[in-house]
Amino acid sequence: MTGPPPNLAELVARSRIIVCTGSGGVGKTTTAAAIALGAAARGRRACVVTIDPARRLGDALGIAELTNDPRRVDGPWPGELWALMLDTKTTFDHVVAANASSPAQAQAIYANRFYRNISAVLSGTQEYMAMEKLHQLYGESRFDLIVVDTPPTRHALDFLHAPGRLTRLLDNRIFRLLMRPTRVGLRAVNMATQLFLRTISKVVGSDVVGDAVGFFEAFEGMEQGFRDRAQEVLALLGDPVTAWVLVTTPRPAAVAEALYFAEQLEESTIDVDAIVVNRTYPAFAPLSSAPDAAIGPQLALLVENLQDLSRVAGGEEAAVARLTARVPAPVARVPYLDTDVHDLKGLAEVAEALFGPEP
Amino acid sequence: MTRLGERQYVRPGSRLEPKAFCTQAKVLVVAGKGGVGKSTVAAALAQMAASAGLRALIVEVEGTNSLGPMFGTTDVLTYREVVLGEGKDGGEVRARTLTPDDALIEYLHDHGMRRISKRLVATGTLDVVATAVPGIKDILVLGKVKQLERAAAAGVDGAPDLIVVDAPAAGHAVQFLASASGLLDAVAVGPIRSQAVDVVELLRDPARCQVILVTLPEETPVNEVTETAFHLEDRAGVQLTPVIVNAVFPPLELADALTVGAGQLPGADLATLAAAAAFRRRRQELQAAQLERLAELLPLPRMRLPFLFTTEIGPPEIATLADALAAEIRDLP
Repeated sequence: MTGPPPNLAELVARSRIIVCTGSGGVGKTTTAAAIALGAAARGRRACVVTIDPARRLGDALGIAELTNDPRRVDGPWPGELWALMLDTKTTFDHVVAANASSPAQAQAIYANRFYRNISAVLSGTQEYMAMEKLHQLYGESRFDLIVVDTPPTRHALDFLHAPGRLTRLLDNRIFRLLMRPTRVGLRAVNMATQLFLRTISKVVGSDVVGDAVGFFEAFEGMEQGFRDRAQEVLALLGDPVTAWVLVTTPRPAAVAEALYFAEQLEESTIDVDAIVVNRTYPAFAPLSSAPDAAIGPQLALLVENLQDLSRVAGGEEAAVARLTARVPAPVARVPYLDTDVHDLKGLAEVAEALFGPEP
Repeated sequence: MTRLGERQYVRPGSRLEPKAFCTQAKVLVVAGKGGVGKSTVAAALAQMAASAGLRALIVEVEGTNSLGPMFGTTDVLTYREVVLGEGKDGGEVRARTLTPDDALIEYLHDHGMRRISKRLVATGTLDVVATAVPGIKDILVLGKVKQLERAAAAGVDGAPDLIVVDAPAAGHAVQFLASASGLLDAVAVGPIRSQAVDVVELLRDPARCQVILVTLPEETPVNEVTETAFHLEDRAGVQLTPVIVNAVFPPLELADALTVGAGQLPGADLATLAAAAAFRRRRQELQAAQLERLAELLPLPRMRLPFLFTTEIGPPEIATLADALAAEIRDLP
């Protein structure tokens, strides 16, 4: 009904980057790590970039603390497995340092309160920095494959639009105009802008507007570097070296979200290369015939249980079918596991469900 | 973190009725990690209130559209209130969305800045402001909730008896509810500050607002709800109601299929029944273990909602869950 399972072995062999996308709570982080593990088992040098703040992945990989630089995970595989946990703030600081015209400019930016807020609150910054990290790792060529776990978000495109959102913020017309007070012809506009900012100051306080203006002043001249970089990152994500894996659970609400993600990706002409459905109910064979009404209460209860579970599995399968009708990508299913993934053994179990038995 | 531990939810010797539960505070915020059934619980809670003769308003802050189908409609929720379901004695369920952009535009209109509201959005200045003032979007939404709550408390004609806020997914929920106190540190003056002061007052007054956490009897959700509960009490100072554990398998004693079914069904069928029974038993055991862990980790009473063995949640399922919730409330310690 939903086609053959995806050949993830082939996918990890031909891709340089795999992006795991999907809404929150569907097991993206574990999926990303299992894909990287599967790649290492197939001889590749793989690095998983995670954004999971719960540190569960570090535990599962047996690493006390994941850092912003890749740490190697030792194990019985022919390839290599590395992992890092994105630190948005540190990564952003590096980007600023790389683009600043002088150390003094970088320092002025670090010290600005508005800048400190950006990495914490501007929606999309985490996504942007994940891509920045991806770009950096890709450029270093240390790894054959980089698997990226994306932050939980409702919009797949947050990931794609994040650099745009930041450069748009940096390009903000109002603030740009404000910083060119002497240019002839803009003076009239500038008066209107001043008035506009005064109105904003009345609502949120003048300190806040002062911080923002200070930030834009400090940032002067760096926008082009940011814009160019954003373009490169976006090109990389749309390049055939990058594969997209859509992760979901089979629950209808999660599938509806996955459909929404897939539609958004399609709008950006990005194809989903594989779908991973986590935590599926087992599909039991139907009974050979309807049981006799005269069966005893204990047996009737057993039949009822089978029907209950089959109803859930059927509903889930119908939901997954709605997804595959829209997204013609092969589907890998990971069954409900008894426990969460705590260690490499658990991760290997997920990898086996995704890839099939080890080579 | 002693407050969590020392609390009993119901006065010793007394029993809480669903109606009393729903009228302890005008605002009940339903919060939980994605995928735990937060919106389903918000719907069941509102339905329970309606069945007790109350007018409940569900406020959806994320702009998802999961509520409609639960009440049998495909209509998309908007900023305008609609009636989604009926209860008893004039009770009803209403719903609306309340996104930050909606709240901001209304705020600016109400504060005599109708003219700049469009420009703020069109020029992207809203992004700059939202970055300059972390939490401002949450404050705007909660400020509007407070406005609804004040109208309800004043008994304004047509105002709801209960406002159920379907909060952003946890992680964000802590941020959402703690943003007001955070903003007080960042913004010294102005109308946004007074808005934040009002929101903090609302959140910290258990007679006006309480938070219901929702989780699943599974490992990660149990860990996360525990963390969220402690953070919410510490950082937002909110009163937590008992925790709702959603999708709990109703206990079922299943016999050995091969023994009780011998000679009655073909062997292959019996093997299928045995496998299904084994799966059920295993999941029940795992859930029981997680419920026990939750009780150890988080000293809050628990209310269990049954797993309904269906993937489609419509009006009959919401009615079943509302009844189950009412029964759990009556049983609270």
